[in-house]
Amino acid sequence: MTSALELHQVSKIYDSGPTEVRALSDVDLSVERGELVAVMGPSGSGKSTLLTIAGSLDDPTSGQVLVDGIDLAAVSRSDRAKMRRRSIGYVFQDFNLLPGLTALENATLPLELDGIRAKAARATGLEALEELHVAEHAGRYPDELSGGERQRVAIARAIVGERGLLLADEPTGALDSVNGEAVMRLLRAAAHRGVAGVVVTHEAQLASWADRVVFLRDGHVVDQTVAPPGPESLLAAGERR
Amino acid sequence: MSVPHSLLALLREGPKYGLQLQHEFESRTGEVWPLNVGQVYTTLQRLERDGLVETDDGEPERSQKRYRITATGARELAEWLRTPPDLVPPPRNELVIKVLIAVHLPGIDVHEILQVHRHHVVEVMQRYTRIKAEASEDDVGLALVVDAELFRLEAIVRWLDAADVRLKQWRPLAPPAPAAALPEPTRTTEVSQ
Repeated sequence: MTSALELHQVSKIYDSGPTEVRALSDVDLSVERGELVAVMGPSGSGKSTLLTIAGSLDDPTSGQVLVDGIDLAAVSRSDRAKMRRRSIGYVFQDFNLLPGLTALENATLPLELDGIRAKAARATGLEALEELHVAEHAGRYPDELSGGERQRVAIARAIVGERGLLLADEPTGALDSVNGEAVMRLLRAAAHRGVAGVVVTHEAQLASWADRVVFLRDGHVVDQTVAPPGPESLLAAGERR
Repeated sequence: MSVPHSLLALLREGPKYGLQLQHEFESRTGEVWPLNVGQVYTTLQRLERDGLVETDDGEPERSQKRYRITATGARELAEWLRTPPDLVPPPRNELVIKVLIAVHLPGIDVHEILQVHRHHVVEVMQRYTRIKAEASEDDVGLALVVDAELFRLEAIVRWLDAADVRLKQWRPLAPPAPAAALPEPTRTTEVSQ
């Protein structure tokens, strides 16, 4: 079975005059459906570059990116745009909701851009809002919602329809730790319902919600954890105290 | 963590048996801090000796004894709640020592050492988070205990991250100029003379 996302030997070099900046170096990463992966690293480690390349918002200088087994370099620009609308959901740090649209209109935007009829899009959008427990705010505008509610709407927009890949860049933004945790719970739940999720963050507490944590440093994947064992191991450790 | 004061707090709700105290203690700390029943009875004996709890008269069997908090016990509990815990760290932190040693050890990549420890701490955090993720969201006792552990561990990761950046930017002072370099001007002077 193909992975939802595969990066093979992906490098990204930004050429700025005489100096070139190597943002990513030979990165290999694959993410399966049903899995939430956190990419953790300090500022400048290449986390956001990795995410924009995985989401086909930017091209790698070399290497291969496959989404659902499809090599992004091998498809036309319009097909890539279609994939971005249909297969990939993005969650950004600052939510990026359109202020002139209601929560529901924001959530259904990717579907409508994809030519789905308004009525069908509306039903699917409502389902996504319900999943994120914000359906009662469907008719409200972003400035009428709290930070936590706005981010729920943004996640609803990212998972609406049949998206298989969810990409989130520091998705808890300026939320406090309890609201931030709620966002991570939702991303984890979305992943475990069958989406492949990638979250980039510099915060260990957020990363610890992932099934696997990949450590990025100076554009290289230096290490990664495996899926954690069950909690019994911790309770046993507690008994020895 | 103070077991005696936690037991006093549970007794503040009303008289209880030892076994009941053990179960309530464990369930309220999300079962993250196990407590054996022997420990409960030893602690209750000490509390009774100090006049902080009392038992019903005439029941010799410890499992049949019902414990009550005394007025002194209630005062002690109220005072303890407001007393700040000792926040002065132990004089030596093992992880800090390891990193300090690694910095100066030839043939050791200190960044690799930092990553080994970061990996370990993040894995422990994943395990704690999984406990929280799989528990009921309204289990507030468990959430509070697990949060405390997660914040403590996160502080370690943040220290490792800061150490990483600090050591990357750090340029050790150039070693003292070799002794031979100093006399050179003198020699030049000598030549010029």
